[in-house]
Amino acid sequence: MQTPTARLQVPSGPAARILRQRTVQAAAVVLLVSTACFAIVQNLPGDIAFRIAAGRYGYDQVTAASADSVRAELGLDRPIWQQLLDWIADLLTFNLGNSLVTGADVAGELAFYLSSSTQLAVAALAIAFVTGATAGALAAARPGGAMDRITNLWVSGARALPPFLLGLVLILVFSVHLGVLPAAGHGEAGNIVLPAATLAVGLSGLFARVTRDTVVQVRESGYVHFAQTKDLSARLVFFRHVMRNTGVTLIAYVGVQVLILIEGVVIVESLFAWPGLGHALVHAIFWRDIPMIQATAVALALLVVALNTAVDLGSAAIDPRPRRREVVL
Amino acid sequence: MTPSTLSKRPQPASAVTSAPVRDRTGWLAAASGAQRAAAVLLAALVLFALAGPLLWPGHAVQDLSRFLEAPSLAEPLGRDHLGRSVIARLAHATRLSLLMALLCVGTALLLGTLAGITAAWRGGWADTVLHGLSEAFIALPALLVVLIFSALANGELWSLYIGLALAQWVEYFRMIRSRSGLVLAGPAVEAAGLLQLGPVHIVRRHLWPELRPLLTTMATFGVGSSILALSTLGFVGVGVRPPTPELGQMITEAFPYYHEAPWMSLAPVLVLITILTGLLGLRNKESRP
Repeated sequence: MQTPTARLQVPSGPAARILRQRTVQAAAVVLLVSTACFAIVQNLPGDIAFRIAAGRYGYDQVTAASADSVRAELGLDRPIWQQLLDWIADLLTFNLGNSLVTGADVAGELAFYLSSSTQLAVAALAIAFVTGATAGALAAARPGGAMDRITNLWVSGARALPPFLLGLVLILVFSVHLGVLPAAGHGEAGNIVLPAATLAVGLSGLFARVTRDTVVQVRESGYVHFAQTKDLSARLVFFRHVMRNTGVTLIAYVGVQVLILIEGVVIVESLFAWPGLGHALVHAIFWRDIPMIQATAVALALLVVALNTAVDLGSAAIDPRPRRREVVL
Repeated sequence: MTPSTLSKRPQPASAVTSAPVRDRTGWLAAASGAQRAAAVLLAALVLFALAGPLLWPGHAVQDLSRFLEAPSLAEPLGRDHLGRSVIARLAHATRLSLLMALLCVGTALLLGTLAGITAAWRGGWADTVLHGLSEAFIALPALLVVLIFSALANGELWSLYIGLALAQWVEYFRMIRSRSGLVLAGPAVEAAGLLQLGPVHIVRRHLWPELRPLLTTMATFGVGSSILALSTLGFVGVGVRPPTPELGQMITEAFPYYHEAPWMSLAPVLVLITILTGLLGLRNKESRP
């Protein structure tokens, strides 16, 4: 028997375990991305000291002497592992540096990108979840029926059509031919519709498939049959038994989709010029703006971990039964 | 949950766990109509990728006087905005995509399978280290890994190759590790161990037959996603470097001329969709309950 006080002292519930695991994962991810960015710096053509000197004093003032002084000052002549440790320490103290292109403080810009990316991701996820789950539930009502076949077609269509092509098609139809929605931009209410819809179509197909299969499976289960034997109305059976049990699977499935969502965010943002993390990352890579690459890549990776943590906590809250094997992603 | 939830990409559980083990000669007989159609489509595309570059070798030859020339018999897809032959570029791009995808999937499969079997067989610190590494990789979107690698060497092919392979090994690792863990702990392998039949026997008679259908399914899927990743990078402008033709990059370049020469943008799109639907159709064994 565990007393409540003992439980307070040692947080060992499922939530604490989830948080612990995910924290370790987050640290590993940051380490991996940061090391990769360090490798990019080391691999840049030319001497990094000359580059920094040029950035500081202008291209005309760069001499071997000024490069040497930069090298001595920043410790660029130290062994490489020491420089790597410094690099990671900078990241951990949130000293993200300035953009090599615009000179702006990366940490300040990051906040803006993060918020607009999150907006887009959440909007897409919400649309996909609602439409996918509804379509799947309707399809499951009559397996093999018209709705089921439409959903099936949609699922394979969404999977065969890559997001960037889908985005192009949507731009062609809604912006070029019909002219009802803006193809790019940010700040007005209509701007988010096309990018969010592009992301949502791919995700919703998968949601529809999972919902449909789970609903069919739940309907055949013993507890639903029992509820029907009790003479509960069909509506009540659906909402109280079928929907809740489907929800558990569906929420766990959001975790599986997070990676696709984040990849989609990167593509869709570049396509629609939505000023978020993915857009910033692609531009930073184009310009070899390493502080920006590092900051946006780390933020995207941490977004994956954060969303997964939320999913884990959510499913543990809905279905608190202990499980032997956790759903990993 | 079935082990398929461990995979990085969502795939319907039925497709992975219940893929029937068919012997190779019986494939054609067992294949459904859709599968045969998909196989024919893919074969045609592979033929185009192999023979096309020989028939139309000059993909980089510019002739600005033939700017946006309409399709003709000699040039079935016309010429692009720099007067380059679109069909030559398309053939080279298709070959590049297919080769890169096969190479990346092959490497990822080999790395992931070896690491997965090692982790399951040895356990202990090898398992801890590999599993820890895979935990970090699985939280990284594949596209992010490839993007970072493309920054490493300015879109050179080898860096894209390493990036794509590195982004994918973890799927194979996790699947193989959990699957071979089950097989290795089973009574058949225990009996083989008691009879001292050696590790080669265990791999050939027990592990491989169990893992092969899984690996085939995952590899078909992997080829599709590699091609997609490559063209996505090209599309956003950070993939293969411009003079080399690439499907995604061709779409981006052709799009501004969509009104004058729609065939130019549609051709690479069509190739891409054919590859993806063909691969989907090949493993279309998602039997409904």
